[in-house]
Amino acid sequence: MSLETLQNDFTLALLDPERDIPSGLVGSEQITAKRRFAVYRNNVVSSLVEALKTAFPVVAKIVGEEFFEAMAGIYVRNYPPSSPIMMLYGESFPDFLSGFGPVAELAYLPDVARFEQIRREVYHAADAEALPPDFLARVPEEKLANLVFTFHPASAVATFEYPALSLWEWNMAGDNGPAPDFPRQGEDVLFYREAAGTGARRLSPGGSLFLTELAQGNSFGAAAETATAVSEFDLSDTIAALLEARLVVAIT
Amino acid sequence: MSSKVITSLALAGAVATAAAATALTAGTANAAGKEKCYGVSLAGENDCAAGPGTSCAGTSKVDYQGNAWTLVPKGTCASIELPKMADGSARTGSLKALERDLPTS
Repeated sequence: MSLETLQNDFTLALLDPERDIPSGLVGSEQITAKRRFAVYRNNVVSSLVEALKTAFPVVAKIVGEEFFEAMAGIYVRNYPPSSPIMMLYGESFPDFLSGFGPVAELAYLPDVARFEQIRREVYHAADAEALPPDFLARVPEEKLANLVFTFHPASAVATFEYPALSLWEWNMAGDNGPAPDFPRQGEDVLFYREAAGTGARRLSPGGSLFLTELAQGNSFGAAAETATAVSEFDLSDTIAALLEARLVVAIT
Repeated sequence: MSSKVITSLALAGAVATAAAATALTAGTANAAGKEKCYGVSLAGENDCAAGPGTSCAGTSKVDYQGNAWTLVPKGTCASIELPKMADGSARTGSLKALERDLPTS
């Protein structure tokens, strides 16, 4: 048997308890090769499930630990990691949830997972030195419109169809009493580096559009004009978000 | 041309408003921004090799596999009742039992 065949068999058997163990494995009198392999197989899947539970704590809380572990086990077997680095494993978990029948009626769950995945990405992104909080106040008025920003690498904006930030905050708040009156529409959210973690701030509708336009190199004035087309867009609140989050590392 | 002038003025006004709001909240932003109950160690994600599942079978959780388990989500979902979306689509509901396999060990 070639090494490639053996490794292939080994991988497939790791993810499917119904398969025979690869031939050539050695056991002992006390512990058979089959038993040994089963221990390893269990440990591989269990540790990946644990990694997902760490990555998606609010999804786990919403569905409950037992359900999450079972569901994550299915995900792990269908989408095993392609890298030994676990810090971003689960990239496709939100999409998996969208298509996973048993949670179909928790329509907001994929958005919560997407929220948690973006938090991780921002958490692990590179660091940078932000401009001081008063940098914008020092720019002469006539130069504002043509200003182009460079954003902190550890930042992201997202538009959620459901109120993902509200759901996340409530679930992270510890003992949950009766559910509050969640917003009836989706949320625009800014993710940013905050101390050693990831901060998330609610934006007005159009806020994600505005910041995305800026991130793509459009000028301050052009981005403001684009976003003002969104009826509930709040320009000063979005600028406040940009300042509070220490989002800008350079201006030109 | 004229729209550009208006935009400059509007921008300057918005910047001033934002700066004032930021100055007011700067003192409390950090404390208010802290998540309560933040018990998840993202930093530890990388060493999953040192987590459960490395030492021996006795310390590892048993992964679900086998025949016919039925589970329903038991978390806080039951108490989350989202109002219907603006488009009327349902946002919550009871969960159907998940028919799958039962752990054999």
